[in-house]
Order: sequence, then structure tokens, then C-alpha cells
Amino acid sequence: MPEPVIKTNKLTKIFGDFVAVDEITFEVQPGEIFGFLGANGAGKTTAMRMLCGLSYPTSGSATVGGYDVYRENEMIKKHIGYMSQKFSLYEDLTIFENIRFYGGIYGLTNKQIKIKSEELISFLELEQEAKKLVKGLPIGWKQKLSFAVAIIHQPKIVFLDEPTGGVDPVARRQFWDLIYDASSRGITIFVTTHYMDEAEYCDRVSVMVDGSIKALDSPSNLKREYEAMSMDDVFYKLARGAKRGP
Amino acid sequence: MKQFLAFIKKEFYHVFRDRKTLLMLFGLPVVQIVLFGFALSNEIKNTRIVVMDYAKDEASQKIIDRLEASSYFDIQENLLSASNLEASFKEGKVKLAIVIPADFNNDLLHFNKAQIQIIADASDPNTANTLTTYASAIIMSYQTEMNGLRHAPYQITTEVRMLYNPELKGAPNFVPGVMALVLMLIGVMMTAVSIVREKENGTMEILLVSPFRPFLVILSKAIPYLIISIINVAIILSLSVFLLDLPINGSVALLFGESILLIITALSMGLLISTSTDSQQTAMLLSMMGMMLPTLLFTGFMFPIENMPMPLQIISNIVPAKWYYIIVKSIMIKGLGISMIWKETLILAGMTVILVAISIRKFKIRLA
Repeated sequence: MPEPVIKTNKLTKIFGDFVAVDEITFEVQPGEIFGFLGANGAGKTTAMRMLCGLSYPTSGSATVGGYDVYRENEMIKKHIGYMSQKFSLYEDLTIFENIRFYGGIYGLTNKQIKIKSEELISFLELEQEAKKLVKGLPIGWKQKLSFAVAIIHQPKIVFLDEPTGGVDPVARRQFWDLIYDASSRGITIFVTTHYMDEAEYCDRVSVMVDGSIKALDSPSNLKREYEAMSMDDVFYKLARGAKRGP
Repeated sequence: MKQFLAFIKKEFYHVFRDRKTLLMLFGLPVVQIVLFGFALSNEIKNTRIVVMDYAKDEASQKIIDRLEASSYFDIQENLLSASNLEASFKEGKVKLAIVIPADFNNDLLHFNKAQIQIIADASDPNTANTLTTYASAIIMSYQTEMNGLRHAPYQITTEVRMLYNPELKGAPNFVPGVMALVLMLIGVMMTAVSIVREKENGTMEILLVSPFRPFLVILSKAIPYLIISIINVAIILSLSVFLLDLPINGSVALLFGESILLIITALSMGLLISTSTDSQQTAMLLSMMGMMLPTLLFTGFMFPIENMPMPLQIISNIVPAKWYYIIVKSIMIKGLGISMIWKETLILAGMTVILVAISIRKFKIRLA
């Protein structure tokens, strides 16, 4: 069995006397699409921020891409991509300039950027819009572009924090096609989502309730185990006992 | 380094795509200079004054001649009643009235003592102050001349010289003031807003997750505004030389060096503000209130610091723009070199270093 790309052991984050993430332990295998589910306030984003090197854990240990989150977060940053729930391209830049910029800060050479951007633009069928400001794009396209930009440097892992929030079902479906495509090229996908139909697309999912992981398995195993028709039911059964939440 | 250049390029896109901001960046200094130069001039020239000469004798006539000879006053001789005088003041027709009593020469000859009343419209205290000073100086010069005639061997004359600014132009005072104001405003506000905008848009997170170092994020945010501010200094200085006929007496290079010092101070203040808020509006308000007001109040170009109560005078010392204002005035108007202003430069530089250190420190803490 290959070395897991993400490995945590009792990873914990405490703010004051609030335990946001409570001793979570899990592994993610290379190339996997790993769904990270949980209600609002369950601690998903905090856990993800620790893995991305945006926040220091209070205790426990974790490695991402083989690098330690405490000591080697500069190395981690080189090997991960990140897409936040907010749309995070620059609206006053063109598509092409956005790609150039992100390529630039990830240290790609001009030649690589040129090849990459042409590839991305034709892949996303944005030839007509490449020189237009991002501002005018429909949200679905913006989301796809964000994703494409997040993996421009061929990271080992890409973290997606509710990437499809506010996007219509058709665009969401298309977005998942991109995720599958990236996964087939060996990029590990770590994705949080609210949409249970999306959970079904994942290889394995974990369900976080009140800061800890209550279940972790493939969607089909989870449905069998909780005698549920859909992931929606699984989630409801697990999350209804939650003390925290909106 | 390549990453760094890509970032700076992006910042310039932001600046040049946003027409409104661009207009403000370069329009502000021009508008301020023109406004202060022509509209808000506190220059004393041909001010209309009323002389109420009840004496009509030799002495009073001589004083009036002297007042008239100066270019400061435009004299109306008129015997107004008290109520008429007040009305003229109220209408703003008259800024100063000089009353020479009926037996002026007589008093002077027999009692060696005579009084002249000077009435000024002090609703604008600065102007009133200047006007009365000039008027008294002119009258005093007559008095000393008279003394000289009576005690022949001892002829004492006082000579009033307005140093550095003999024509009493307003421009020498406000050009350095406008420079301080514009640099503070643009530096602080633009940096704060541009960093907070990244936070508001969620792009800051992406930047922090990238291998691009946080310190470089700050630096690449600051550099475009540093360049723009330097261009602004050049614009202001050329306007003041070519439009306002105000020469730069000292070293231009030194002037730019000191300006860069203030710009860096402003940029780090902007950074400090950006670490304390997540909304562009708050950032803008904080910069306006936090920077504009102290700069206007405590640099001394609008309100003389010496006239303020002690606690405010002490507070004024922590305003970087005050030191910059002193420095620029010394270089531009008095033509002094670094040897004369090293103290002020040191204070300003000290403030710059402290602010840069604090803001970078605070920025890093937020990432932990």
C-alpha cells in the first residue's frame, strides 16, 4: 500500500475553551476523492486550514504530502492547491492575467505559464473570453476557472472548501467532471461540501459532528451500515445529535 | 524574484483598472495645490483697511502715508461712526481699522505718549494677527523715526524683515503641508484598502496558502504605492515651482529622500490598519479619521502648534507628518542641508522603523 498523502493523528484545535476540532484521526490515499462532510460549525474549515498551513494545531500530529504541518508548512504550500468557498480570482483582471498571476506566484516559468494557460483556456472553452475581465463571467465559469487555477502548478493534493456553493445543479455537475479529470491525473482531492448528492461522488467520505469524526467509509458502505437509502439519510442520522450548529 | 514581479504587475493592473481611484491618486495633489494656492491663500496683499483719522495733523498724515506706501494695505480714509464701522466689519469689507484720536500730535508732543487704536476682524485669527503685526510695525517705525529726530545723535530704526518669505506668500507654508497630507492620505489609505480588499475577496487566503511569502505580499503591495507617491511628490513640486513660482532652495534629492521616509511610514500605517479590520469601508474610514485629522491639525500648516494647549502640543510630536513638514519647509524655503535637519530626520526615521516593525509583526501574528 502506498504512503497516504494526508495522515492525521489526534489533530486538535482549541480556541480559548472551545474545542473546534477534537482529536481527529484519518488517512487519505493518493489519487483519492475524499469528501469531508459536516454541518455548519462542525469544524471542517478549521481542520482544513490546519492541513493547509493557515493555522497551527493545538495538539496532535499531521502530515500532508509527507511534510509535517508544524515544521514544514512552507514545503506543504508548494505541493497543495487551495480553493476557498469565496470566489477567489481577481475580478478586475482578465482570465489570462489571473492565470499568469497565479502561475507566477507558484514560480512557474513564462514558458510553462504560456503552455498552461493556453491548455486551460481551450480545455474550459474560454477562448473568446480570455482577454475579458473576470467580472463579467457567469458564476459557474468563475468556479471552474478557480479550480483550474488552483491546480495550475500540478499539486499533489487540492483542498476544495465548499467549491460549489451557490452554483446551479448543471454547473455543479460540470464542476465535478473537472474534479474527476484532475483525480484521474493523480491529484488527490480533499473536498468539503454541503450537498449530499456530491458526497455520493466521493471515493470515501468522513462525517464530522461537533468537532470529531463520527463516520468514515465509502458512501456505499456507510449507507449499508446506517441502513439508509442515500447519503442524505446517513448524514441526517449522524448529525441530528449535534449540539453545535447554526 | 519572478514571483515578486508577477505580483507587482498585478497590483498595477488593480491601480490602472480602477479609474476612480486613479483619478483620486493623481487628481488629489493637483486639486489641493491649486485650491490652496489660489483659493485659500492667507497672503496679505492689498487688504482693505479703514483709517479713521480724527487728528488730521502732520503726525497722523505721516503714519497714513507710511501705511499706504506698504503693499499690504489698501487704505480708505473715512470717518465712520461706530455702528457703520461694525457693519463694514460684518460685511467683510474691512479687515482692519486704525483709529487716530483727535489730539494725537498734541499728545505726542506734550506728553510724549499718544495712543492709536487698531481694530481687527479676528474671526480669522491668523489673518488678524498678521495684519495687526504689520500695522503696528509700520507705526513703530514712524515712532522710532520721530525719536531719532528729537534726540539727534541717537537714531534708532527698527527694520521689519520677513525672513525667507519676504513677500509673505502663502505658498511656502502650504506646499509642504499639502505634500505631507497627500503622502499620508494616499500611502495609508491605499495600502490599507488594497490589503483589506484581498481579505474581503478571499484572495488573501489563497495567497497565504501559496508558497509566496507573506512578507513579500506586503512588500509587493507597498511598492506600487511607493512609486505612485514619489510621482506625486514630483507633481506637487513641479506645480509649486512652475505654477506658484515657489523655488526649491535646498537639495531636491534630499527632499525626495525625506519624502520616501514619510511614504514608508504611511505605508506601514496602512498595513497596521489593514491588520485590524476586514472591511474596505472600515479601512477607509480609519485611514481618513486616523490620518487626515491629525495630519491637518498637528502638522502646523493650518493651525499654529505654538498656540495650542500644552497637551496637544505634546501630542503633535508623535505625528510623523509634523516632522516631515518641518523638514520640507527647511529644505524648500530655507534651503537648509542635512546638517541642519538631521535631528528631525532622525525622529522621522525612528518613527518609520518602529511602525514598519510593528506592522510586519502584527501581520505575521495573524497568519499563525
